[in-house]
Amino acid sequence: MFDYSPLWISLKVAAVATVFTFFLGLGAARLVLAMKKGKGIIDGIFSLPMVLPPTVVGFFLLIIFGRNGLIGETLLKMGIEVLFTWQGAVVAAVAVSFPIMYRTARGALEQVDTDLISAGRTLGMTESKIFFKVMMPMAVPGIAAATILSFARALGEFGATIMLAGNIPGKTQTMSVAIYTAMQGGNREQAYIWVGIVMAISLVVMLLMNIWNDRQGAAGRKIR
Amino acid sequence: MRLYADIEKKCGEFDLKVNFETENEVFAILGASGCGKSLTLKCIAGIEKPDRGIIKLGNDVLFDSEKGINLPPQKRRIGYMFQNYALFPKMTVLENIMCGEPDEIKAREYIKRFYLTGKENLYPHMISGGERQRTAIARMLAAKPRLVMFDEPFNALDSHLKSNLEGEIMRLIESYEGQAVFVSHDRDEVYRLTDRIAVMEKGRIAGIQEKHELFESPKTLAAALLTGVRNISPLKAADDGSLLALDWGVKLKSDSYRADAARYAGFHERCFEVADHMEEFNVIHCNIRRVVEDRDCMMIQFTGDDKEKMLTYAVDKEKWPALKGRDLYLRMPQEKIMMFE
Repeated sequence: MFDYSPLWISLKVAAVATVFTFFLGLGAARLVLAMKKGKGIIDGIFSLPMVLPPTVVGFFLLIIFGRNGLIGETLLKMGIEVLFTWQGAVVAAVAVSFPIMYRTARGALEQVDTDLISAGRTLGMTESKIFFKVMMPMAVPGIAAATILSFARALGEFGATIMLAGNIPGKTQTMSVAIYTAMQGGNREQAYIWVGIVMAISLVVMLLMNIWNDRQGAAGRKIR
Repeated sequence: MRLYADIEKKCGEFDLKVNFETENEVFAILGASGCGKSLTLKCIAGIEKPDRGIIKLGNDVLFDSEKGINLPPQKRRIGYMFQNYALFPKMTVLENIMCGEPDEIKAREYIKRFYLTGKENLYPHMISGGERQRTAIARMLAAKPRLVMFDEPFNALDSHLKSNLEGEIMRLIESYEGQAVFVSHDRDEVYRLTDRIAVMEKGRIAGIQEKHELFESPKTLAAALLTGVRNISPLKAADDGSLLALDWGVKLKSDSYRADAARYAGFHERCFEVADHMEEFNVIHCNIRRVVEDRDCMMIQFTGDDKEKMLTYAVDKEKWPALKGRDLYLRMPQEKIMMFE
């Protein structure tokens, strides 16, 4: 009987991670957009996980989320164990997908016509009202794309995951990790199956995004 | 309410430095695109921050670089009408107006007052240009601003729509204690709408004049160009004490009280009179280069003897056949000659 647990673990991890990434990334985008000084530095730090080797990200996560780590200790007191659990895989997936969400969402928010924002201000609207009522609705297509890309990235995470959550079949073994394990064990057939499943899911995600983009484009043309 | 602005702002190569005051009047800034007139309004509204200066509205200091005061736009309560209206595309007409007046019952009064009944649940892309403009005005007024400002309000409109909307804005300003600040590059529009006009060029105000005075007797070259003076020539003092218009090759006598300090002479194309023969002053011999038929007159483009610079003479269509083919001399009556710096 073929063990499908890596599929369910991957989907669960990616879905939960995307929820966190969505809010963190959007919040970070808003924060950076409102900044006047030091924008470059903060932007660089937020984008770093995108260019760092996953092992380096994993290394830092181990330090921060380990039993003696800053956040790890607090979480442990709350009864949440991160090391070698599926929650650890979520942390790893959030870390690597966060820059994608942050950067894409920021790009979408920056696209919003500055006159609209200025108009909101002269009308006496608060900054948060302008963000939620004016900017967000305009940036929906970009933010949706950012979310989908983040999900795809979370689904494929390997390096940081294996360092933080390990490779425990039925518990923390995601599809990417399962492919690695299968190839290591000389089990090519199993590797092929997982590769096929990962490719199918990724392709469907990208197709959905394209279809949605086209629809948005058509609606946009109608407006003009 | 008195508005006082004395501001400086550097934007890359561009350098803005303006100073003006306006109270209970319709005030306009007239200038070519890129002269800094929109930037000036944006500084007053608080959208842009000047490098230096003071902005006051009534007794309130909105901006003072020395005291470190810079009120956010939300607290300035200045209505700003954007060139493209800046309506929120994902909100209906009513929702847009409710951004200025959150109380729905009151917001609906603005719908009625601006003839938008039946449109309240439509989105901006579903209504006409005129309705969009009315929505923008309604939204601006719903926020109860202390001063209203318009940035090229008719720029995006066809000419037949323009006059209707102009009327509407006039009505609105009257109901608004008659005070407003306008920015435009269109001299006719500015003439119809405003009382006093500041002419702006390259980030500087090149003179502020009452509108009739500005159009009859501009003080500066920039003002003359922007008010549509077509025939302009630099001046030089001649040996006999009169002034010589270099580009026209004509000695001028003028009634202008500015003659002493003037560096340029200007003359409206419609003010020429036909002369019988050459005279010592104010008459030019026409070497006709081109005749263009305009909608309601003939535009005769000519040069003075041995001169390159083209002048324009506008003549009624029915009078032209009698002049055609004749050796033409034109007189510039001395009371109609403008002199400026």
